[in-house]
Amino acid sequence: MNSLEKALQERILILDGAMGTMLQRYQFSEEDFRGERFKDFHTSVKGNNDLLSLTQPKAIAEVHAKYFEAGADIVETNTFSGTTIAMADYDMEDFVYELNYESAKIAKQVATEFTKKEPHKPRFVAGAMGPTNKTASMSPDVNDPGFRAVSFDELRIAYKQQAEALIDGGVDILLVETVFDTLNAKAALFAIEEIKEERNSSIPVMISGTITDASGRTLSGQTAEAFLISVSHIPLLSVGFNCALGAKQLTPHLEVLARQSCMGVSAYPNAGLPNAFGEYDESPEQMASQIKEYLEKKLVNIIGGCCGTTPEHIQAIASIASEYKPRVIESCCE
Amino acid sequence: MKETSEKIAQKRYLKLSGLEPLVVTPESNFINVGERTNVAGSRKFLRLIKEGNFEEALSIARHQVEGGAQIIDINMDDGLIDGKEAMVKFLNLVIAEPDISRVPIMIDSSKWEIIEAGLQVVQGKCVVNSISLKEGEAAFKHQAKLIKRYGAAVIVMAFDEEGQADTYERRIEIAKRSYDILVNDVHFAPEDIIFDLNIFPVATGMDEHRKNAIDFIEATRWVRQNLPYCSVSGGVSNVSFSFRGNNSVREAMHSVFLYHAIQAGMNMGIVNPTMLEVYDDIPKDLLTYVEDVMFDRRDDATERLLEFAETVVGTAKEKTVDLSWREEPLQNRITRALVKGIDAYIIEDVEEARLEAKQPIEVIEGHLMIGMNVVGDLFGSGKMFLPQVVKSARVMKKAVAYLLPFIEAEKDGVVSFNGKILMATVKGDVHDIGKNIVGVVLACNNYEIIDLGVMVAPEKIIAEAKANQVDVIGLSGLITPSLDEMVYLAKEMERQEFSVPLLIGGATTSKAHTAVKIDPQYKNAVVHVNDASRAVTIVGDLLQKETATAFKANLKNEYDVFRNNFLKRQTVKEFLSIKAARKNKLQIDWTASEITKPNMLGIQVLENFDLALLKDYIDWTPFFRSWELHGKYPAILTDEVVGEQASELFKEALVMLDTIISEKLLTARAVFGLFEANAITDDDIEVKLSEEKTFVFRTLRQQSKKADGRPNIALADFIAPTTSEKKDYIGCFCVSTGFGTDELTQKFEKNLDDYNSILVKALADRLAEAFAEYLHKQVRTKHWGYAHNENLSNEDLIAESYKGIRPAPGYPACPDHLEKETIWKLLEVEKRIGVTLTESLAMWPAASVSGYYFGNPEARYFGLGKIKEDQVEDFATRKNITFETAKRWLQTNIAD
Repeated sequence: MNSLEKALQERILILDGAMGTMLQRYQFSEEDFRGERFKDFHTSVKGNNDLLSLTQPKAIAEVHAKYFEAGADIVETNTFSGTTIAMADYDMEDFVYELNYESAKIAKQVATEFTKKEPHKPRFVAGAMGPTNKTASMSPDVNDPGFRAVSFDELRIAYKQQAEALIDGGVDILLVETVFDTLNAKAALFAIEEIKEERNSSIPVMISGTITDASGRTLSGQTAEAFLISVSHIPLLSVGFNCALGAKQLTPHLEVLARQSCMGVSAYPNAGLPNAFGEYDESPEQMASQIKEYLEKKLVNIIGGCCGTTPEHIQAIASIASEYKPRVIESCCE
Repeated sequence: MKETSEKIAQKRYLKLSGLEPLVVTPESNFINVGERTNVAGSRKFLRLIKEGNFEEALSIARHQVEGGAQIIDINMDDGLIDGKEAMVKFLNLVIAEPDISRVPIMIDSSKWEIIEAGLQVVQGKCVVNSISLKEGEAAFKHQAKLIKRYGAAVIVMAFDEEGQADTYERRIEIAKRSYDILVNDVHFAPEDIIFDLNIFPVATGMDEHRKNAIDFIEATRWVRQNLPYCSVSGGVSNVSFSFRGNNSVREAMHSVFLYHAIQAGMNMGIVNPTMLEVYDDIPKDLLTYVEDVMFDRRDDATERLLEFAETVVGTAKEKTVDLSWREEPLQNRITRALVKGIDAYIIEDVEEARLEAKQPIEVIEGHLMIGMNVVGDLFGSGKMFLPQVVKSARVMKKAVAYLLPFIEAEKDGVVSFNGKILMATVKGDVHDIGKNIVGVVLACNNYEIIDLGVMVAPEKIIAEAKANQVDVIGLSGLITPSLDEMVYLAKEMERQEFSVPLLIGGATTSKAHTAVKIDPQYKNAVVHVNDASRAVTIVGDLLQKETATAFKANLKNEYDVFRNNFLKRQTVKEFLSIKAARKNKLQIDWTASEITKPNMLGIQVLENFDLALLKDYIDWTPFFRSWELHGKYPAILTDEVVGEQASELFKEALVMLDTIISEKLLTARAVFGLFEANAITDDDIEVKLSEEKTFVFRTLRQQSKKADGRPNIALADFIAPTTSEKKDYIGCFCVSTGFGTDELTQKFEKNLDDYNSILVKALADRLAEAFAEYLHKQVRTKHWGYAHNENLSNEDLIAESYKGIRPAPGYPACPDHLEKETIWKLLEVEKRIGVTLTESLAMWPAASVSGYYFGNPEARYFGLGKIKEDQVEDFATRKNITFETAKRWLQTNIAD
């Protein structure tokens, strides 16, 4: 049993909060995004947060460090859009390997420093693999429901490149996240299995879906249990939900996972639902009190935050989580 | 820890998902798999997919789910469908319909590439149907590993390298071996394994089938007890196969079988809910008989069930000697004679009807039409098949012929028809089986048919149509140049201001060609009709006064939409220039290639060839197709839907064939030659008849852009070029078994017997193909002799497993009919065996086959596909004909 699995048995692990929310505080300009290296790049790159790992690596390292300080066990790499498919928006497909590799290195370096300082609490890095901006099982054209903007193979190849770069950069975990179309996630899992076989590696994998609204389904229409069944064919460290909903709205769906799954369960909700201005304004205390319900019901093994959450939220969550025992993982796959 | 292991066991359930989960627990009821979205299981679904009508095909899927199917099985395995494309397209549409895609999908194909393509478009956890050890362990493991990686469950067929398991021991042996490989080597989750242990029919009368049900049930029990967590599935209706047509017995058999199979552990399968009796409602005596059969409890179990089945009210099987129907009222007798195609008593019955009627015409309009309407309804609803309808027509014709003199003797006795239809096979074409069938079926429905026969010039069609004031014109053709003739006729009809509807049919015609090329030429209705049953409804709609206008307007609109969609849908293919295509030709290493010199060079003729030798070379599948019975021979003889009819037709065909052979009613002749040959340019083959006399075959080259490493092939690639300085060889041939067909069919037609007339023509066609197959084998093994060790069965021949090819001008590798003229000159075909070419280059008699022989081991069949005008121009120059002529002949192959 490695230190991650051991830690997962012993306590509730804390995942970090939002990267984007933190980066907004720096108010980077177009020039900052470009840095020296991309000052003559032919198209605007402002808003390409993943690029900051190359042009503002210090800021990225600072955010990771703040979350570790707040009590996080795991931070996510700054690679949410790090696939050729998502980077096509900025014409930056050629830099995908480097973006992922460097992002992983930055996070890993910060983690190593913290582990060295506090050996009793080892810190981990999860390589974030976002959903891309295309869907493999839905048509973007309402008049042509049979059309697909991206194929399984295109996704598989793009994800494979991202995952390889993240592993090369030193991540401890791969996190397929914000899954709104299960088929996209299956392509990512397929790619990861290929890599594991080729490299004879057993890197742990987390998967986190997104229930988009009150219907209780993913964007591609699956219920929580159908989603769980659709991704259970490879060994997973954890399955869970993130984004779109606040902690309160997520509860019934987490209950399904907690009851049905034989691996860890994770949750990293938004800081409530967006207000009239599109901002997330649930306070750390409010969010922590919602999450207390998860803890009392023993629903989760890994907990953190998504949009709108900050180191303050993570600190509040970590503090309350330390008082509870984790959900018991009953393995059924051995 | 006992508690833990129990908990774990509880979680090892088969779990599937669509948009919603499906978890199969020990408490679950039997899981019902819907199979109407299977081209092999539903003729309607097959037709819709072939027509590209995915919208309606989706509604079949929806009905299945609404009707309670918990999984839908989707299968696109059909020779005429691009299975992979159809699977992906249909699945993408299914996924977009939440009320269908809420259930898990079973991706069903015998082709791995189709299965994999399907797995790549479905987000839920599917079932793959199926894999097996048939192709050995390596393929089995490879597929299982990928299925696991795609996240699907799998059906494993009890099939291995030795064949399909048909005993208890074989079933469990294969199941155990498959399970161990999957669980131990591939690490496949055992709960994701579903065994299909092969349900076979019982009560077939054959001793080796007696244990089919009990072996399945016991093997199921063994599998569920010994192979933890797996499931067992199967197609239930197979078990009662020998009682086709007797639903009461079948329903009871299904219930009894399921009752016991489910107890033994079968937990999912394909069952038609309407074909299921409630177990407790089965009469006790029937139950005993059925269980005796299922469990093989008595030696005479089958006989006793058969005897009992006869007594089951309303479903008693008819016996040929049962003449009780002769006691029934007159109308019943006439109707029955028409439905069953029995002509023995029809004159007697019609005479009785005539004496009762005020006027003889009433017998046609009353008694006979009532009977024919029943035939029409049964045919229309798929309860009667074409050969039966043609027999009905024979009875009808005899009855009408008997009545006509009486009608004409009456003062105002005029037979009134529903309408007058002119039918013709167009100029230059000699094929008429399909046209005759449609004519017969329409005649049955009281249309007057004016059949102008074959090779009818357009002027004659126009003139006859005017003179007879026909209501509909139907054109037929089989060879590609006929398509042009049809376009020409449509233009002529427009120019001469015709307004009658135009029907188009025949093997090379299609809805696409009709919509794109013919329909725009003629302002009035144009309809593509390729089967007889549709012809009746369409003509009916076209001529129904009240609704015709709306129907025609709809048709016009339908074809317009179809045309636009078709043109839009066409994928833009990339083409190479002919020059570039030649650069990418198939390269054979001529220094290494083994060229066999034929044992006998020159031309040989076979006169009065013994037809008996050809019997074993017949490929029967197309024979059934010409009667609109679809399925592969010999499986078609036991097909659930058409098996009974196919068997009867087959029996009659064999009788006719034996008569033809023993009485030498048809004459078979062949001419073939083997010659020295070299490719003198990339695309031209020079053939040496003698040192002085040479001929050149002009071949056409594929021009569509190929994937890397794939050549652009022309037939000339299979012959050594002059530059290789190697002597190479080629052959060509013409065979015919059509001499005598005319005399024979005319005799039948005079006797008002269209059924036998069509039967003779269909058989002559099969004999010609068999002759070509036979001769090719003789050439391979003797005359050329490059394959003297060959030992292939007829199935292998049909599957074209032999070395070397015999492509025919007018077919995919060389669609250019013009090359037939070169063969005719080279072999002096007309002089030597009397087969002639029409102006469209169809062969006469129709039952003839001609082509080339290529002997190189690398020679293979291919389709030319579309070519560009640069090649057409080049071809015209090489052949020394005008560009316009070349274009006309190659039209169907020229890319737009």
